[in-house]
Amino acid sequence: MLRHPPTAGTDFSDPFLTLSDLTMSDTADRIRTILAQHAKLAKDASTLTEDADLYQAGMSSHASVNVMLALEGAFDIEFPDHMLTRSVFSSVGAIRSAVEELTGA
Amino acid sequence: VNYARRLGGGTGVAGIIGALQPPCLPARPAVPQATELAERLAPALQAQGAGVRVGIDTVSVPAIAESMARFGERFLARLFTPQEIADARAVEGEPARHERIAARFAAKEAVIKALDLPEAGIGWRDIELTRGPGGRPFLALHGRTATLAQAMGVREWAVSISHERDHACAVVVAVLGADAATPADGGH
Repeated sequence: MLRHPPTAGTDFSDPFLTLSDLTMSDTADRIRTILAQHAKLAKDASTLTEDADLYQAGMSSHASVNVMLALEGAFDIEFPDHMLTRSVFSSVGAIRSAVEELTGA
Repeated sequence: VNYARRLGGGTGVAGIIGALQPPCLPARPAVPQATELAERLAPALQAQGAGVRVGIDTVSVPAIAESMARFGERFLARLFTPQEIADARAVEGEPARHERIAARFAAKEAVIKALDLPEAGIGWRDIELTRGPGGRPFLALHGRTATLAQAMGVREWAVSISHERDHACAVVVAVLGADAATPADGGH
């Protein structure tokens, strides 16, 4: 789905950048901000690639619950039970696709 | 013993899992979830005789206190049943209340570990740590999680919790080898 290897930021000099890329990147950056506040990662959340494993980066299952509650508040969504899985919260990209599913983006 | 036959005639594991899915699930999580669950369930369903599964979890009490401060009532209401919240509030003092909430959180995690269900999509309030006569803690499972545990052959649960200042932990044991007709929701 991405034409490029996942990167932390958005390359605005990319001539093939589309509106959809911008929306995706905005959501991903909001997710990174929430991760910085709640995930208790061992590394700087703003440098996380889309597919970096958050549990490997130090997120505990309790921290993932904080992330879930913060996401619900920030995006005005509620994760249904069937989405309360380890994998849904395992990376910026996985969280983004779940958030987009719930916001209908 | 063929538990699959006992549980649902000719439906098999896929049929049981299919029956557990709410009809409104979006396509993306439903498909891999059912496959993964069926793969995990199969060994338990095919198990010969009784067995046990154990799960343990340790929780930082200060981290729980921090979550309660950050998210307020929403943290409690989203994760804990009214009974669990009432049990936690029945003790004097914030630190003791935090310890009780932390122990209940650990028990929920320990159940998920015991049955190896991190990808099952378990509602937090489906797993309840409650108290029996004499104050002994026991587990009550509800809703889809109770159905799932029963399908995996859980006949009985045992649970023990502990807390000491900054840490709370819970250990749970699931006794397998159930008659499918026995309810899996915890009571003794």
